[in-house]
Amino acid sequence: MPDYAWPDTEHRTLIGKRIPRVDSPAKVSGQAKYTYDVRRPGMLYGKVLRCPYAHAKIISVDTSAAQKIPGVKAIHIVQQPGSTIFWAGDDVVAIAAVDEPTAEDAARVVKIEYQKLPHFVSDAEPPPNVAEPAVGPLSQIDIWDLELPEEQIAAEVRRRGVSFRATQAVLAQLRRFRMPEVIVDAIARAPYRPLTDETSGSLYQRVATETKGDPDKALVEAEVVSEGLYGCSVITHCCLESHGSIMEWPERNQLFSYMSTQGVSAIGAQLADPLNVPAANIRVHQDHIGGGFGSKFAVDRWHVAAAHLSRKAGGQPVRIMLERDAELEVAGARPSAYARVRVAAKRDGTITTWESRSWGTGGPGGGGMVPLPYIFDVPNQRKEHIAVRNNIGPGRAWRAPSHPQAAVITMGALNDLAAKLDMDPLDLWMKNLDIAGQRKETFREELGIAAELMEWKQKWQPRGQNKFGSLARGLGLSIHLWGGRGHASDCDLTIHPDGSVDIKMGTQDLGTGTRTVISVVAAETLGIPISAINLQIGDSQFPSSGVSGGSSSVGAVSASTRRAAIDARDVLFSKVGLVLNVPPDQLECVNGTVRVKNNPNNSLSWKQACSKLGVMPITVRGRNPNTVKPPDLTGSGVGGVQMAEVEVDIETGVVKVKKMVAVQDCGLIIDLKTAESQCLGALIMGISYALFEEKIMDLTSGRMLNANMQFYRLAGLADIPELVVHFMTGKGYDERGVIGLGEPPVISPGAAISTAVANAIGVSVPFLPLTPNRVLDALARKPGA
Amino acid sequence: MMRAFDYVSPSTKVEAIHLLETRWGKTEVLAGGTDLVALMKDDVVAPMRLVNIKDIKELKGIVSGREGLGIGALNTLDELADNEELRRNYPALADALVDVASTQIRNVATLGGNLCQRPRCWYFRKGFGLLPKDEAGKDLVSEGENRYHAILGNDGPAKFVSPSTIASALIAYGAKIRIEGSNGHREVPLNEFYRIPKTDIEREYDLRANEIVTEIVIPSAQDVKAAHYEVRQKEAFDWPLAVAAVALKMNGSRVLSARIVMGHVAPVPWRSAEAEQLLAGSIISEETARRAGEAGVKNATPPFAQCL
Ligand SMILES: Cc1cc2nc3c(=O)[nH]c(=O)nc-3n(C[C@H](O)[C@H](O)[C@H](O)COP(=O)(O)OP(=O)(O)OC[C@H]3O[C@@H](n4cnc5c(N)ncnc54)[C@H](O)[C@@H]3O)c2cc1C
Repeated sequence: MPDYAWPDTEHRTLIGKRIPRVDSPAKVSGQAKYTYDVRRPGMLYGKVLRCPYAHAKIISVDTSAAQKIPGVKAIHIVQQPGSTIFWAGDDVVAIAAVDEPTAEDAARVVKIEYQKLPHFVSDAEPPPNVAEPAVGPLSQIDIWDLELPEEQIAAEVRRRGVSFRATQAVLAQLRRFRMPEVIVDAIARAPYRPLTDETSGSLYQRVATETKGDPDKALVEAEVVSEGLYGCSVITHCCLESHGSIMEWPERNQLFSYMSTQGVSAIGAQLADPLNVPAANIRVHQDHIGGGFGSKFAVDRWHVAAAHLSRKAGGQPVRIMLERDAELEVAGARPSAYARVRVAAKRDGTITTWESRSWGTGGPGGGGMVPLPYIFDVPNQRKEHIAVRNNIGPGRAWRAPSHPQAAVITMGALNDLAAKLDMDPLDLWMKNLDIAGQRKETFREELGIAAELMEWKQKWQPRGQNKFGSLARGLGLSIHLWGGRGHASDCDLTIHPDGSVDIKMGTQDLGTGTRTVISVVAAETLGIPISAINLQIGDSQFPSSGVSGGSSSVGAVSASTRRAAIDARDVLFSKVGLVLNVPPDQLECVNGTVRVKNNPNNSLSWKQACSKLGVMPITVRGRNPNTVKPPDLTGSGVGGVQMAEVEVDIETGVVKVKKMVAVQDCGLIIDLKTAESQCLGALIMGISYALFEEKIMDLTSGRMLNANMQFYRLAGLADIPELVVHFMTGKGYDERGVIGLGEPPVISPGAAISTAVANAIGVSVPFLPLTPNRVLDALARKPGA
Repeated sequence: MMRAFDYVSPSTKVEAIHLLETRWGKTEVLAGGTDLVALMKDDVVAPMRLVNIKDIKELKGIVSGREGLGIGALNTLDELADNEELRRNYPALADALVDVASTQIRNVATLGGNLCQRPRCWYFRKGFGLLPKDEAGKDLVSEGENRYHAILGNDGPAKFVSPSTIASALIAYGAKIRIEGSNGHREVPLNEFYRIPKTDIEREYDLRANEIVTEIVIPSAQDVKAAHYEVRQKEAFDWPLAVAAVALKMNGSRVLSARIVMGHVAPVPWRSAEAEQLLAGSIISEETARRAGEAGVKNATPPFAQCL
């Protein structure tokens, strides 16, 4: 049995080095084509007519005038009269025409009559005693967000039903995402209850209450108690490449789609049902994607609409890419989470009790709760969560779902506790690492390294002490945890007799470096340069590979590529062994040669070696997971620590981040450069959501007011300070296998920055983003202000 | 995506004026387009004809004379920021210029367009009108998201804030604006050019639909000490939260007279009589500056309560 294990340090030539992305020349030169860039011959332009009301019933739809406009090729009613609309901007009618202006002209003359219904777009704190037990049907994201034991989640699913159709494809997808079987089984049997005004129940739904230990007793005995309010507003995904696709029917029963998606292999099965065509007849292709962040897993209404339009137009390609306002209004929102927290400790800093009353919204279904307290498993707890059901648009998974919000609330509360204890929070965190779960030793090591990189002990001062004129400086920190095990992935690797190598895999590169890590693993294993690997991904015709979510891609594609490359190499060894007259297991691939171990002179060049294959190429398939080809090449469970230094102008309330440090483990690192980039990108996105991002809803009209790039502020280059990234590598880390990194580093920035602001100005600013008005309000409420 | 429109490119002022309709709505003047094109894409304005004025040579150039500096409306913000004389004699204006937006925008944005850019109120930009109301006629701003709305001059239906940060500096220097229309030309002090609309058919400045801004004239500022200060949340690509421009005529350390203009606080660039009076005759110190600041917002009526 060949040894699939990752090479040890001495035998690595590429793995773990800083290797530039293989697709960067294409990206910086503009050659890389995103779905948005694709122009198909004869392509029609689709426009979606969207409901201007946040809550309404469609009474009638009249498209007759639109039909008469020359150049209009197809009209599809997405939601029929009688349907209820639960958020402004939802799709009602789709139109395909020869160009965009014609489609827009046609959209303007469609007559839709609505019955306006009362809307509710607030996620402010629920009034006391209004919450009722949750009865509304659960969406997929609701189920993922239920922070309950498996059995209880299954019971909730059975009791409340599901708002989506649990087709085989959906169930398979949930399994791929490692949803426990009891829950999948419950979903399969649960009643299908589409979300309607009748099924949805109260606006305020008590999702969960949980007690552990004896919080009342612990509170009475506590020596120090700290109370506070913490949370994060709803933000949007704001993908720079908006959602959308181009759909065409080359044959009556064959669909071809370019789609901006996080899962090329998983789309066919989801499209099959609504289009009534076998999944086998659906091909999905994507070369590059301009951001997904968790919002591009599923097939959306506009994708199905584009396929219907194309079918009606005789198969001509139809393009629907969302406009910027629609992208921000309907294509992705990170649920909000807020909490009133009481946390208690002994004088020496030992945390004894956690009490939280949390609430938040994930849109029309209300949403689930965030895992509180985050990481620290406090012995005595009481928690209650109320889901606010409103009309702001549906929540979607956003990078490390629920974790950033949980970190902001938990770290904020512990930071206030540290201030009450007159303790440096770094010491409080260290003191309580015993209840920080599996990765506590990693945290201990990382906190030490981060503190050095930040010069924490030299810089840190008690709250509100570090002032110069109107400028106040402060330090903050946060820790985070993530899984990141590689998903199921198949990889086909072919060695041709002329020495060329190609790889095909139905995965996708979200811009994280997936292409690069596949190439590095193959090149390392075969002893040839990265440039010799001809890699093709992004097509559902290639061997299927999982959806890029949950930070599961790097572990998956690295493992399947490694197994494929080892097996292909061994076929080659068996041929070359005959020529060099040694048993195949005496051979190795190094530096573009196939040679005899311990006798490097007895060798063939890679090209010569491959010519021994005869005329036929060899193709092998590598898989992950694969228990018959051990060892396990991926792993799970990473910990990270981040620290932030900020400067706050206490006259204007403007916060500037001055420095951030991220220390992260993620098992064996394939490419240090793309790993570091991933952390840098996460810090930048983190600064953006900590200071700027917020989905701002108008209570009266029910519309999002900042659905464009002038009002939906994102951090710009000039807002980004010195960023320091350090990876945990070597013994204790490398042997854990390849583990995902897409999400973990984006969990802590908000918490690190908001605790730093509290340290600077002497009081916590309750909610993110930390805008000037919120900072000034917190200062005005500060005791003694 | 915008609606179809006619596009004309006259080469003289007279031609341009002829091509403009007498009522707002049908035609628009196009200069750098950094604001107008965005408004058209969002379907906030939908002109049937665009009159491009960039080919009109008469609107370019900078002339300096005894009465001050005359700046053609088509100068880009970048050209102005690079102008030696302007930098030397009007440092507060130069400061305001380099802070606008970003290099890319300053390269195409013109001075005339900057002064005539439309308010950034998010209700206006979403199509609820300049005096935003819902279908039932309910005022949206007062009970809505008004964190960036006016705190002064907001007793009427207009709640937006005047967007140009250049205007505040120019008004502090006492600039005048020259306008040309079918009835000939006129000159207006820039602070009188801006006005608070009371009805939906008025604009927020004193310009008829068939007039164009031709030139800005800034009086000589030899004996003036001036400064321009902005509070910005983001470092670039954004508008400020608040602006103050101050121009003082001094006698030694004593203030003879002051012009104090606050930006982004009212539907017009807001001259603060209270602050100006307080400074006149006094000696500048940290204390007088603080008191002038307090006087400037003494009568403010913020529409918003404290937020969480
Ligand atoms: C991201 C961003 C940040 C910005 N930040 C700032 C800032 O900090 N401070 C600031 O002051 N501005 C800021 N701006 C606004 C920018 O300065 C203006 O968009 C620009 O100055 C407009 O000039 P323009 O030539 O492109 O005008 P256009 O877009 O061509 O025209 C704007 C308006 O003025 C009218 N108009 C133009 N010229 C004339 C004329 N000669 N006579 C009559 N009417 C005319 C047009 O009809 C139109 O209504 C920002 C813009 C952006 C996009």
